[in-house]
Amino acid sequence: MTDDNPAQAGPQRNARRGPPPPPPSRRFDWRAAAAPAAIGAVSVVVVFGALSWIVTSAEQWPRIKLQFFNIDAMVAAFPRVLRGFWVNMQVWLTVLACILVWALVLAIVRSLRAPWFAPFRLMVVIYIDLFRGVPVLLLVLLFGFGIPALNLPGLPNSGLFWGSVAMVLSYASYVAEIYRSGIDAVHEGQRAAAKSLGLSEWQTLRYAILPQALRNVVPALMNIVVALQKDVALLSVIGVRDAVREAQIYTASTFNYSSLIVAAGLFLLATVPMARLADYLTRRDRERRLQVAG
Amino acid sequence: MTTPMIEIDTVTKYFGDKLVLDRVSLTVNPHEVVCLIGASGSGKSTLLRCVNRLVEHDYGTIRLDGVAVEDAAFGKTGLQKRAGIVFQSYNLFPHMTVLDNITLAPRRVHGVARAEAEARGREVLTRFGMGDFAVSYPEQLSGGQQQRVAIARALMTRPDVLLLDEITAALDPELVGEVLAIIRGLKDEGMTMMIVTHEMGFARECADKVAFLDGGTILEEDAPERLFGSPRKARTRAFLQRIVESGRL
Repeated sequence: MTDDNPAQAGPQRNARRGPPPPPPSRRFDWRAAAAPAAIGAVSVVVVFGALSWIVTSAEQWPRIKLQFFNIDAMVAAFPRVLRGFWVNMQVWLTVLACILVWALVLAIVRSLRAPWFAPFRLMVVIYIDLFRGVPVLLLVLLFGFGIPALNLPGLPNSGLFWGSVAMVLSYASYVAEIYRSGIDAVHEGQRAAAKSLGLSEWQTLRYAILPQALRNVVPALMNIVVALQKDVALLSVIGVRDAVREAQIYTASTFNYSSLIVAAGLFLLATVPMARLADYLTRRDRERRLQVAG
Repeated sequence: MTTPMIEIDTVTKYFGDKLVLDRVSLTVNPHEVVCLIGASGSGKSTLLRCVNRLVEHDYGTIRLDGVAVEDAAFGKTGLQKRAGIVFQSYNLFPHMTVLDNITLAPRRVHGVARAEAEARGREVLTRFGMGDFAVSYPEQLSGGQQQRVAIARALMTRPDVLLLDEITAALDPELVGEVLAIIRGLKDEGMTMMIVTHEMGFARECADKVAFLDGGTILEEDAPERLFGSPRKARTRAFLQRIVESGRL
């Protein structure tokens, strides 16, 4: 049975003589990698080259280029579009912070099970149904134009403020549902443990459930963050001078659309890294779960 | 006559329409160890969880040290302070260190100062051979180590009773011993325990009394040597026979 018993030596299939073989070489093998890389590079050049040749050789291309990709117009529009884009970024961060907090309040109210909380739970359910079911654009118009027109005493009167409020109210209904899914995903055993330690319902949520739930929902929240980054441009419809609005103003006076392409470029510059970050966080989260499961 | 530590009196419990406990009575005296055995779904765990009100029973009475568990005298957290529970899957909080896990209830529920709670926490951990892992996270520990921490967590409030719910069922066989050794130690100190277990050898050795549950009732209740040696009911014999065949006795 045991390999340290000489009487049982027999054919030594599993006997270990000398050191084990070294770990396999992890060095990058240029020759093995060169062929696929070369094929990849060549095919990319061929496909994209063919596409750009087809596009640029089209009869209408010079007109398209003049209308959308006019370098002079782009340079002329850039400062004001960039200034507008700075507004987008500020609104994005402010609105995002408000959404994350407000949605957390909604999710907490919805998940507390105490009976005297029933009316508040119901309010949250109605709230979420309402604000998730109505287009954001409609809310922005309603709040951004409607409320300032009332001239309510003691309240801010700017379209920017009320448009942002509309964004917060709408997005928070989605984010609250994301939080809630994270709360529900925490294993029931955690609640049992907390309860049997004497923690109150609120303490259970605060110390045991929420920290785990928030970590669970980071990947899902990242997608919302990226979506919000672009949707802030909706505020341009109520006259907020963001990147889109500034680009439109330029377009209106020159009949050239290159300024909108500049704005598009700026949005991409911001959203693409965010999307990559979201991918990275999702992947890391998946690996963490697999590790725990294994 | 001394007051029983746990007195379960004709307790009935339904999950929906399903009868899971049918007029169960059981007494656990101070310093006694009572093991509950039986097939899955026989109601053992539910009975255990009724004692600390993790599950609310529908009929009958459960008294802890002579006071009904739902009595206002326990306040909001008195029952949980006096009856600690340990679960099969440890249920440690994965986002907290070992020390934070075991000091959470003393600090947040019972208002013990942080320094004091942590001093006691380190003391309990050291006793269970986990002194070096105070700042580790549960996922960095083996199953046996996590379960030892879970036992430590249940003991932090110096409970009168410890409820153990199949605490070795999720462990690799080689880790079972280290956890059972702790339970033996607690028995020697006179801890009152109610233990749901599939470890028949352990039940035979450690229990003062073994209760065999089947279909929500206690079919047979006796000293371990009698229940394992000469069970009176055919159903008990059949259950034990199957356990012997699977090599767990």
